[in-house]
Amino acid sequence: MLIACQKTINEQLITKQEMKDKFITLKSTAVPLSVENIDTDQIIPARFLKATTREGFGDNLFRDWRYDSSNNPIKEFVLNQSKYSGKILVGGKNFGCGSSREHAAWAIYDYGFRVVISSFFADIFKNNALNNGLLPLVVSDKFLKGLFETIVVNPQTEVIVDLENQKVSADGITEGFEINKYKKTCMINGYDDIDYLLSLNSEIRAFDLVHS
Amino acid sequence: MSIQKPKTIFEKIWDNHVVKKAEGYPDALFIDRHFIHEVTSPQAFDGLRKRGIQVFSTSRTSATADHNVPTKDQHLPIKEAMSRHQVETLRKNCAEFGVELYDLGHPYQGIVHIIGPELGLTLPGMTIVCGDSHTSTHGAFGNIAFGIGTSEVEQVLATQCILQYKPKTMKIEINGTLSKGVVSKDIILYVISKISASGATGYFVEYAGDTIRNLSMEARMTICNMSIEMGARGGLIAPDEITFNYIKGRKFAPQGELFDKKVAEWKKLATDEGAVYDQVLTINAEDIGPMITYGTNPGMGMRVSDRIPTIEELKEISERTSFKKSLDYMGLEPGSQLLGKAVDYVFIGSCTNARIEDLRLVAGIVKGKKKAAGVEVWVVPGSKQVEVQAKAEGLDKIFEAAGFELRSPGCSACLGMNEDKVPVGKYCISTSNRNFEGRQGPKSRTFLASPLSAAAAAITGRVTDVRELV
Ligand code: SF4
Repeated sequence: MLIACQKTINEQLITKQEMKDKFITLKSTAVPLSVENIDTDQIIPARFLKATTREGFGDNLFRDWRYDSSNNPIKEFVLNQSKYSGKILVGGKNFGCGSSREHAAWAIYDYGFRVVISSFFADIFKNNALNNGLLPLVVSDKFLKGLFETIVVNPQTEVIVDLENQKVSADGITEGFEINKYKKTCMINGYDDIDYLLSLNSEIRAFDLVHS
Repeated sequence: MSIQKPKTIFEKIWDNHVVKKAEGYPDALFIDRHFIHEVTSPQAFDGLRKRGIQVFSTSRTSATADHNVPTKDQHLPIKEAMSRHQVETLRKNCAEFGVELYDLGHPYQGIVHIIGPELGLTLPGMTIVCGDSHTSTHGAFGNIAFGIGTSEVEQVLATQCILQYKPKTMKIEINGTLSKGVVSKDIILYVISKISASGATGYFVEYAGDTIRNLSMEARMTICNMSIEMGARGGLIAPDEITFNYIKGRKFAPQGELFDKKVAEWKKLATDEGAVYDQVLTINAEDIGPMITYGTNPGMGMRVSDRIPTIEELKEISERTSFKKSLDYMGLEPGSQLLGKAVDYVFIGSCTNARIEDLRLVAGIVKGKKKAAGVEVWVVPGSKQVEVQAKAEGLDKIFEAAGFELRSPGCSACLGMNEDKVPVGKYCISTSNRNFEGRQGPKSRTFLASPLSAAAAAITGRVTDVRELV
């Protein structure tokens, strides 16, 4: 049962060194990036993966879409348009495909985003985002299209993400979204998989002994 | 006695590895083998240090340096400071935590997905993870192998387990005889062009059918390698005699009686008659031609003799903007042909196509010929062992005579991270797996193709239908 197991996690939490931000609801303007198949090489190009810590990747988020080869900001790119800002990134279908680099999730989070909305996420990216307190929020194609249009018409549009009740709304349009119960609990409480796995240590040891 | 429900190979291996199934939680899956490399592991080791814990099982963990390494003068210190620092950090972490490292200069060093199989560390029936999406390569041996993020690397280092929801299963069955000039890389590029770069997201794929059965282990690895390029969690092929013969006698593989015992177990892994998949796709091998990609994701591929679709031919109107953006990046016109297009670089390498059979395929075509003027050709073996073997067979002489440069092992120009980059605006025909914008260097343009097609382009200097040369 979820409730019973939650206790184990809570006990583990005491030993947890770094707590992620807790996430319940978020109200913010959003940045529309209406491109499909945004791969993690675009989110953070390989040449910026050389750091050995998790911080600082935000500076190079979408580096080659954001800056030209002389490092001047490319005006047309959404992150360079002052009319767009906020903690929510809205992306086209199949967001985060390609390389498994968690640096992509770190870069988006480090830049200041807390939610990415799309109609479809690649698997590994989705896991990486959830493991870092970044909510990958899946909406229907129709809602996504409406959202893009609304934000473009009015960049001040506030998007409300209600994780508790699994609802997202903006300017009169609302949609429910699915999120796995376990992952939701993790997001809301700011803990991740390792806490749970560490609590299984003796069972894992026992399994390892008989497993050939 | 109750009759067991028929299971797919995927379900059998999965069920064998579930340590704990708790309601409301993903399965805790035991991991038999964990590969690590310099790029996605430093933060994970830091996590262990902060928690004050050790690596759960060092004997199940193997490390190598591949992404950041130079492919020339590997005996010298790495020039670029941050790359050097990352490799040194791996060295330090492996020493501190007692993990075996195949470092630069070690006879076993190479691209992580090439050395695992080569050393007999990759075996049927296993669960295998690595902080790298092309971990799917190992599935060619009939195991569950998939890429993970750094937080998950930390979980596996700390607990030898990972929390996972069971993906759905998809069978891709390929039957028939491949035409002349068509190799396994063409099969997988064809499949991805059919189902798109996201068509298998949420699925674990099993490749089956007589075309697959007739492939060598190395050719099978090329196919499983690119499973991730259609979004799949991974891809596998049931083990058979070809698999067992490949494994036999390898350095870390079970030996003697134990090997025979293992083979008997591995034979039971194959999917049971009557097992159900969530989706099945059937492909006729005769429909596959030498393939090439024209866009900026691996799903944008076609037979080299075809032409690029026009905007109007796209099924989904929503795709049009992204399609246009992609062709603009590539400097190509919708509806045009790629045949005859001049290329600047040829890259033969990566975990997709840098094994000895790939190098032999290339040598077979270029023997006695010379590369076209103005084309730069890099041949980068996937591992030290491949390099040594290639030299022992005299392939280096063939490459040298053709004007190809045989380099030392590493990921090289597969990703623009180390010194090997394709310059701005240049076209590269590449045997690697990703044609994303800037993948081979800022503003570089990539055509993905087989080693045969890449070799043909090296000789003519243009995108060529390899069937003209074989
Ligand atoms: S060769 Fe390319 S795809 Fe393979 S592991 Fe290296 S960087 Fe990744």
